[in-house]
Amino acid sequence: MPEERATLVRRPSPEALLALAKREESRQGRLKIFVGAAPGVGKTYEMLQTALARRKDGYDIVVGVVETHGRKETEALLEGLDVIPRRRIDYKGQQLQEMDLEAILARRPQIVLVDELAHTNAPGSRHPKRYLDVLDLLEAGINVYSTVNIQHIESLNDVVAQITHVRVREMVPDAIFDRANDVKLVDLTPEDLIQRLKEGKIYVPEEAERALEHFFSPANLTALRELALRRTAERVDEQLLSEMRARAIEGPWAAGERILVCISEDPRAAGLTRYAKRLADRLHGPWTALYVETPRSLQLTEEQRDRIADTLRLAERLGGEAITVPGSHRRIADDVVDFAHANNITQIIIGKSTRSRWFEIVNGSVVHDLARCAGAISVHVIAGEDVAGEELPRKTVSTADGSRVPEWIPYTAAFAAIATALGAGFLIRPISGVEGVDLPFLIAIIAVAARFGLWPSITASIAAALCYNFFFFPPLYNLTISDPRNVAAVIFFMAAAVVVSNLAARTRLQAVTAINRARTTESLHAFSRKLAGVGMLDEVLWAAAYQTALMLKVHVMFLLPEDGTLAVRAGYPPEDILDSADIAAAKWAWENNQAAGRGADTLPGAKRLFLPMRTGRGPVGIVGIDSDEEGPLLTADQRRLLDALMDQTAVAVERVHLVDDMDRVQRDMETERLRSALLTSISHDLKTPLSAVIGTAQTLRDMSRDLSEAEKSELLTQVIEEGERLNRFIANLLDMTKLESGAVVAKLSPHDLSEIIGGALRRTNKILAQHQVKVDLADDLPMVEIDPVLFEQVLFNLLDNAAKYASAGTAIELVGRREGGTVTLRVLDEGEGVPEGDLEHIFDKFYRANKGDRVRAGTGLGLAISRGFVDAMHGTITAANRMDRSGAVFTVALPVPKSANLEIAA
Amino acid sequence: MTAAPIKVLVVDDEPPIRKLLRLGLRSHGYEILEAPNGKIALELLNSAPDLVILDLGLPDVQGLDLLRLIRARNESLPVVVLSSRGDESGKVAALDLGADDYVTKPFGMGELLARMRAALRHQLQVQGELPVFRVDDLSVDLVRRIVKLGEQDVRLSPKEYELLRLLVQHAGKVLTHNFMLRNLWDELADVQYLRVYVRQLRQKIEPDPERPHYLLTETGIGYRLRAPD
Repeated sequence: MPEERATLVRRPSPEALLALAKREESRQGRLKIFVGAAPGVGKTYEMLQTALARRKDGYDIVVGVVETHGRKETEALLEGLDVIPRRRIDYKGQQLQEMDLEAILARRPQIVLVDELAHTNAPGSRHPKRYLDVLDLLEAGINVYSTVNIQHIESLNDVVAQITHVRVREMVPDAIFDRANDVKLVDLTPEDLIQRLKEGKIYVPEEAERALEHFFSPANLTALRELALRRTAERVDEQLLSEMRARAIEGPWAAGERILVCISEDPRAAGLTRYAKRLADRLHGPWTALYVETPRSLQLTEEQRDRIADTLRLAERLGGEAITVPGSHRRIADDVVDFAHANNITQIIIGKSTRSRWFEIVNGSVVHDLARCAGAISVHVIAGEDVAGEELPRKTVSTADGSRVPEWIPYTAAFAAIATALGAGFLIRPISGVEGVDLPFLIAIIAVAARFGLWPSITASIAAALCYNFFFFPPLYNLTISDPRNVAAVIFFMAAAVVVSNLAARTRLQAVTAINRARTTESLHAFSRKLAGVGMLDEVLWAAAYQTALMLKVHVMFLLPEDGTLAVRAGYPPEDILDSADIAAAKWAWENNQAAGRGADTLPGAKRLFLPMRTGRGPVGIVGIDSDEEGPLLTADQRRLLDALMDQTAVAVERVHLVDDMDRVQRDMETERLRSALLTSISHDLKTPLSAVIGTAQTLRDMSRDLSEAEKSELLTQVIEEGERLNRFIANLLDMTKLESGAVVAKLSPHDLSEIIGGALRRTNKILAQHQVKVDLADDLPMVEIDPVLFEQVLFNLLDNAAKYASAGTAIELVGRREGGTVTLRVLDEGEGVPEGDLEHIFDKFYRANKGDRVRAGTGLGLAISRGFVDAMHGTITAANRMDRSGAVFTVALPVPKSANLEIAA
Repeated sequence: MTAAPIKVLVVDDEPPIRKLLRLGLRSHGYEILEAPNGKIALELLNSAPDLVILDLGLPDVQGLDLLRLIRARNESLPVVVLSSRGDESGKVAALDLGADDYVTKPFGMGELLARMRAALRHQLQVQGELPVFRVDDLSVDLVRRIVKLGEQDVRLSPKEYELLRLLVQHAGKVLTHNFMLRNLWDELADVQYLRVYVRQLRQKIEPDPERPHYLLTETGIGYRLRAPD
């Protein structure tokens, strides 16, 4: 596993290579920024010196703008460089001088020096800010050297203002800073800087003198310097990382901080984990909790193993990464350091040892080893902090005994093996003599050790020594040994047997550990893959139930909160009947976020065991487990696997919930928007014509005598027109309501388009009175499957729309064509067309295209209805702007029915 | 219309509509009988109205049922139905039950009067057809079977002529697809035949077939031939 990680890192990442290639090969100019903590540190001086050095290499360098502020040393440097004269700008009677961007672009030097990146240009310049000028220069392929003080970096503006109580108004976006190919920090200690200030080497405008004096206090300068160093380091860190990834250099690169916390079965591990989290938060670095699995891991009690699993999960909940690696070295410290190097860890956190001195002498101390071989990595040794604060979930569920092999079998097998060896010994004694008889015994001991572990093999060793003595050493059939040489032989035999047992048992443990872990990892992996593939809540739950049931050979049931109660959402095998004890246990588990039911402390009488499923955001549901067998449900290993499975299920459930929530929020917003649009529309579109009708009618009644016949006729016409408008609006509302309630069923039958067009034109006669309408239908137009009433309404709405948006006197064209398998009918107008941004929304309900005051507002429903109707007729409707001239074109496309070309001879 | 005014029975539950019809029709010389519901309408049938204006949405009885009852009492009494837009199937059902024509609410008095006239004229014409039908430039001589558009002779196929004659006989009245199919072919004929012939006929008698002037489509219902005013 560590090897794998290392190779991953060593292989250049394609993204990093690409980014690098883009930066290196682009014809854009390179930007080098000289950063300083405060004015006067010597940025400009440094820039000029660098430029002069480059010029010696033969580069064509010009000075775009350099502020010397009258410093003699700086001016001296300028003399050797080609300076582009500044442009003069008259502004409110003042003569301002600005960098002459056009002149530089025309001159096309290889490098241009542009001082004071944050400078604000005088009004009337090409860009308001100098950094925009710089971007132009870079775009033109010219390399730029520039300078900036750290307080001008946008993201640091607030911090600087807090430190110095001086707010800087000129700012450079961080993106510019990050875009720089090179960043050079020009550093000066605060003492030196203040010295320079006193010597008058720093330019200070008189009016700002007092403020600046405050600004140049040692405390301020120290803080600013730290800021500059840190920001530059961050910038360099990113660059370094991408560079190193591209070149596949192995870490550690002391770049950003990456924290590793070592987890053990120690109860204080949770405290360590939280410490790591806090440290990581402070350093803005990622963190990892690491557990190294050693042969000793197998000897841990169930409680200790649970604690490790819980701590790792706690790390994940706190936003860290939890990783378990098998110990491949003799010392745990080596495994930790390997992992740290491979993952570019900069800080390792480990708990202070509580082991006895004796234990450390025998087994070594991880803390000491780590401190010795950590190299560049810092090691924090944290004193014991008793688990406090966040309480780890307590395990209160009894589990079955993990060993599947009954206790007596290994020992019986051990004795059987020794008995066999004894038999073999009798057989080979005539050939090999008494001295050769120990070999069968050794083989038997190794076999027992390899198969059953340490204690059975030690038992076997003792039995073998006794047998050896009893059957083969004189006096025979007696446990006393007469020959002192034989005593030594038996002792050495014993020792050899114990060592061999130990080794074999250790190897076996490692193999078992590796196999178990691989198996668990594989099942978890498969499980998460299965869950990742499904998107619906029920599918997620079903897949999780099925997989869990399969892997743990239990019955699984998921309960999720629903309308304030828990409801069974999935189960395998499917079952949704819960008795009252189960319901009570499930509820208790949900409310207390703890296990309840069968085998638990609470409500053990229930048929099932209920466990909460949690994510970092809290519990999401309850899982119920039971099996047909009596006794404890799960072994401790299974229990841990179940926990891991449920963690993944919980995350998957949460994922689905989040997606649902987002959808709902979006839907709610949409509904809200529609509702307000509807209200606006109704109040406006209903009230306006009604007011007109009522007002006009009242006028006619009350003032009849004072009105001329012409005036009366005009008012009456208005009553009718407004009434008709109201009628159209209500008809639209009804159509929309029908569409939305699904009441629109298209009765499709073959129809001649021209016939429907005729009907629509007759209905729009009045509306289109001011327009010229042209109908151009191809002769080969087949009949199309439409609902004549719906289609006529579609056309009516499109024509009505065209009449609204195209001014009087213009032409409205109806063009019908057969285009392959579709018949298209286009409605073209000569209005101003649809604004590009409106095209996609134009068929939305209550959407009204932006238009001038002269156009009477539509209802915002006509086109939405048209689309709904066309959809119902299996057609499509699209909007576009005309290519040949201004104007909109709406296209209705309908499929040509299979039995088209119905021609009947006259 | 001089001696005995034509008696119109208005069946509508809405007082404003009845008022509108009362005032509008009276000013055109009609005599009005008003029935706010089906029960009174049936009673008023005894007063021998010449025409019924029937709202399809009545409170006490389905408009179509009332129409059925009216037809049961008097087969030839002209009935003009008032209905709302979008209720095409209701209109077709009413027409198939024997209503003469329909007007969609909201309607203008002019439109209603035209429908009423067509319905009344048809009743008068059933006895003897006028020999020559004229509307604008179109003339159809039913005796000599000559169709003219202005001075131009229009040559029609026999089926086209039959179609036109059917329309002329009911000029101004809406004819449902079913009615036309029944009269020109048979009950089972496909409405497609009708559409094809209408299209062909329009090519011959309409100056602009895309925007028909004489042979009008009543979308979702049938056709209507423009009647002389």
